[in-house]
Amino acid sequence: MHELPVTERILDVILSHVKRNQVRKVVRVNLRVGELSDLEDEWIQHYFSYLAKDTEAAEAQLVIERVPVVISCNHCSHQFQVDIKSLKEIQCPECGEKKGSIVSGKEYYIKDMEVM
Amino acid sequence: MEEVKLIEVKEDILSDNKIQADELRSRLKSEKIFLVNLMSSPGAGKTTLLLKTLEEIGDRLKAGVMEADIDSKVDAEKLAARGYTAIQLRTGGFCHLDSNMVARGLEAMDVPDLDMVVIENVGNLVCPAEFDTGSALNVMILSVPEGDDKPLKYPLMFTVSNVMIIHKTDYLALSDFDVKLARERARSLNPDIKIFEISSKTGEGIKEWTEWLIQEASNHNQ
Repeated sequence: MHELPVTERILDVILSHVKRNQVRKVVRVNLRVGELSDLEDEWIQHYFSYLAKDTEAAEAQLVIERVPVVISCNHCSHQFQVDIKSLKEIQCPECGEKKGSIVSGKEYYIKDMEVM
Repeated sequence: MEEVKLIEVKEDILSDNKIQADELRSRLKSEKIFLVNLMSSPGAGKTTLLLKTLEEIGDRLKAGVMEADIDSKVDAEKLAARGYTAIQLRTGGFCHLDSNMVARGLEAMDVPDLDMVVIENVGNLVCPAEFDTGSALNVMILSVPEGDDKPLKYPLMFTVSNVMIIHKTDYLALSDFDVKLARERARSLNPDIKIFEISSKTGEGIKEWTEWLIQEASNHNQ
């Protein structure tokens, strides 16, 4: 739902690197986004193409790698991946504990960009 | 053919907001202002609960309210009509508040000596969870008609909240909402979450919640 402000931020970061590295054209941008985020890939690209239209990043393709949700069990510290969309209760496969803390899955990270 | 180069960026998109939020939090700590971020779905009863809470607090805390709405000022008017300091932040289409908007809102409030400011965030369980407002306390309301499965559907919201209020408990008799299950589900990803059961209609739970809130404010503002 908040693709627009997030996309603006992505573009800001990209353009700061464009300036620093005297880039003529940005081809691809590789992002890592946690599964807990509800960002829709299609909408990010849509907003991005709109916001970037008069910049060096106008034709850039955003490639989004999803980071799975990993929980660390509060009892035995075992780390396990969960499918957060399955609406199942969270339970440690090792010891059966139902409480845990999130290790990954909240990321909003720009990894790198391919430029010319 | 021109060569394609790789530039390592390694930047967190939300880090700016996080840094600003941490700055705001420490500034408010030294200014002795307890900032509370109230979040819920539309219709969970944020404004009603807030009015009841402020009424119960009376003059024990000097409180202000920052209402966030995509494009209306109905809520701020409701609060102002009762004599509370309230400002409306129209987010202009944004689905959440970030720390920058909150900092500007606090400036616009321009009331010295406030002990507590409550942000009534935009009504949804998704976006506000992702943006740190700089608050000292995050409170989320889950109302009975919404169902006890919300912690499974919106895990992030229940992870970032310090408090869950099960609201509209007067509806429990009409509903298959399972309070015990809702508590377990909220605690599975956030074992420390503090849970209150409240009906703003009957007044059940208001006193316990308010006393706790006043104590938290006073711990913060020491």
